[in-house]
Amino acid sequence: MTTTSLTAGPRWARLPRRHVPVLVTLALLLVMYAVGVSQYRAFSNVQVIFNVFIDNGFLLVVAVGMTFVILTGGIDLSVGSVVAMTAMVSAWLLQSGLPALLVLVIALLIGPTLGFLMGCAIHYFDIQPFIVTLAGMFFARGMCTFISDASIPITDGFWTTMSQYRIGDPRGNFVSISVLIVLAVVVVAAYVLAYTRLGRNVYAIGGNPQSALLMGLPVGRTRIAVYTISGLCSAIGGILLSFYTLSGAPLIGVGMELDVIAAVVIGGTVLTGGAGYIFGTVLGVLVLGVIQTLITFDGSLNSWWTKIVIGGLLFAFILFQRLIGIRYK
Amino acid sequence: MTDSRPVLTMTGISKSFPGVRALHNVDFQLFPGEVHALMGENGAGKSTLIKVLTGVYGIDEGVVTLGDEQVAFSGPMQASAAGVSTVYQEVNLCPNLSVAENIFIGREPRRFGAVRWGEIRRRARQLLTRLDLDIDVTAPVASYSLAVQQMVAIARAIDVQARVLILDEPTSSLDAGEVAQLFRIMRQLRDEGIAILFVTHFLDQVYGIADRITVLRNGTLVGEYPTAELPQLALVEKMIGKELDVLERIEEQPRRELAALEGGTPFVEVSELARKGAVAPFSLTIHAGEVVGLAGLLGSGRTEVARLFFGADRSDRGEVSVNGKPTSLRNPVQAIEHGVGFCSENRRAEGIIPDLSVRENMILAMQAARGWLRPIPRRRQDELVAQYIKALSIRPANPDLPVRNLSGGNQQKVLLARWLITEPRLLILDEPTRGIDIGAKAEIQKLVVQLSDGGMAVLFISAELEEVLRLSHKVAVMRDREMVAQLDNDDTVDADRVMQTIASGATREEVTQ
Repeated sequence: MTTTSLTAGPRWARLPRRHVPVLVTLALLLVMYAVGVSQYRAFSNVQVIFNVFIDNGFLLVVAVGMTFVILTGGIDLSVGSVVAMTAMVSAWLLQSGLPALLVLVIALLIGPTLGFLMGCAIHYFDIQPFIVTLAGMFFARGMCTFISDASIPITDGFWTTMSQYRIGDPRGNFVSISVLIVLAVVVVAAYVLAYTRLGRNVYAIGGNPQSALLMGLPVGRTRIAVYTISGLCSAIGGILLSFYTLSGAPLIGVGMELDVIAAVVIGGTVLTGGAGYIFGTVLGVLVLGVIQTLITFDGSLNSWWTKIVIGGLLFAFILFQRLIGIRYK
Repeated sequence: MTDSRPVLTMTGISKSFPGVRALHNVDFQLFPGEVHALMGENGAGKSTLIKVLTGVYGIDEGVVTLGDEQVAFSGPMQASAAGVSTVYQEVNLCPNLSVAENIFIGREPRRFGAVRWGEIRRRARQLLTRLDLDIDVTAPVASYSLAVQQMVAIARAIDVQARVLILDEPTSSLDAGEVAQLFRIMRQLRDEGIAILFVTHFLDQVYGIADRITVLRNGTLVGEYPTAELPQLALVEKMIGKELDVLERIEEQPRRELAALEGGTPFVEVSELARKGAVAPFSLTIHAGEVVGLAGLLGSGRTEVARLFFGADRSDRGEVSVNGKPTSLRNPVQAIEHGVGFCSENRRAEGIIPDLSVRENMILAMQAARGWLRPIPRRRQDELVAQYIKALSIRPANPDLPVRNLSGGNQQKVLLARWLITEPRLLILDEPTRGIDIGAKAEIQKLVVQLSDGGMAVLFISAELEEVLRLSHKVAVMRDREMVAQLDNDDTVDADRVMQTIASGATREEVTQ
């Protein structure tokens, strides 16, 4: 047997395969955007795109964290509650008169700490992520109501500035500061996944945790790290949400973890781990945002249509991933 | 090799697990530039010795010296950093990552913390060129065959300036061509001065490549011999002690006669059976009491044929008749109703349930056949299980032990017992002797002969031609997913002839009769 006969086929037939899911999502997004533009004149306005980022920025940050977790083959159900808890704690501490900077630091520490603890439980006690983060979800949600069972408004100067400051061009299109923060998070996360050992270990663990261990990779440390990262992203998401709504409400973000998971999966990340990109997650969140925008523009459709469309898309995408996966094996 | 000093010395190694003395006062030496085979039956202590060496287990007593230093590794990572790398039987790579990344992950070249992808690809190409492997290093590892993956694992192992390379049964899932390629690489590495510790169950391979042999039995050292001075028979004797006569008895068995069986009605007869993408149309007749061997290289379609007979895959054309009546084998339940049993090749993934006890594993197929609503009475279970533990000499003879605690050979016997209990009329054995020791192998071969003498039809799949020829009345040869020949196993057929058939395809008049 010659060595050449062992190769797996021509380069062009193989290389794009891992990019296929992302490309499909991109195509879907473009089609949806084209539909919007052709149906509604105002849809072509650049501000429509900016608004998608403004309205879904916190979702995107949380989805970035979730991407890390799902890439290792795990899941984090606590994100929605942690977002709410972070916003709640911020509002509460601001109300009690703490300086904004200190509040920011405290609020940003809560999420990662909870994530770290959940990661430890998952790794050291070998418990399914599903159940550990479910517990985290209930805990964080409970803490929200413990702080207050009513919404707490935020009047702090820093917060209102962050909420209302517009960075715009002369024609009146603008984004909020939050959008820049979101973009920064996205870039950093993409870099970490592609160019650092931590990022590569995340992919390796998702591919085969047993092998990763025997190859001498720090499986435990990495696993704990991804839940901590997800916690941090949820905390940032919570802060962004409190900028956006200028309040902390105990029941905000209920079910958000499911939107986030849907966005990540639609973005081409495989639930069993090992394959996916941050760029895909960005596209996934944009798909959700554009669906919402389309339904808003239509005006006659009930907002529940968003859910129905997302459900259909999600189903189509996991089927699609499965089909690709079968060919891949 | 003659005057150099050993690169690795293990002296007086002992290791006990609760209730088991796995190693007792074992000495082992490895010289630079040699291939050293570590031989022994399952449970002889080979894997324990390797694990003790690489720090997976701690050592109870004894000293390990690498070069001039005494070492005690805390784990495989530390061992490989010190130049002792292991490639395991199951390839331990991440299927989703590229070839290049699999070689370097965990020790990627970096600049300011950023992984240098260009450098990784360049060095991976370099390394694989050294191993004579011309593949696209950016493609995911999963897109390559097991053999190539094995080589990638070796590339990973030798990149760390390995002085000692441990290959733990690397060949058990490779076909002949791939083994040859692996051997070429092993020789090359040996000539570069790397010491290779090679564990395998295939005797031919040991004589094909090893310079010296160390034999273990029951956790103790039997001895260390230059390969040239240890005839094959003597090696087997040293490995299994007094049980050798078992093997010889089978060797002496006369060729199985087909003529006597052809008179009877065939048990199962398929014509032009096929499944797109898996097997080209083939026809095959199996009589009661007949052993049909299925020979061919890995990936030639042997397992696919077996799965069609068991209904595990659905055929998309062709006809099947059982006992002369036309029928179909659409799913395993139907096949089981017709009296077909299937011991799959992949006993870990598809057969044995490691956490269930020996009893539960054995009773499984019979219970399934009866339906879950009619449990088998405990007393009947005990009877059956005791009977088969005895008949197949499963050790330890404890029905309540979880199967994962048994050796590979004994697990295989449990799997066999599972099907024998259902009293099948056709038993499909897919690689029943792979990866198990020679004693267990002989017992399983003997059993196949007994079963067929008792009237059971057997479809026997094995990569070892000698074994197929020894047991079969008829040998069907697979090549590239096509059944290229059916040879009556008479005096004109030997391993060479089968190998030629595999290599060249068949002369057409031999196809289907």
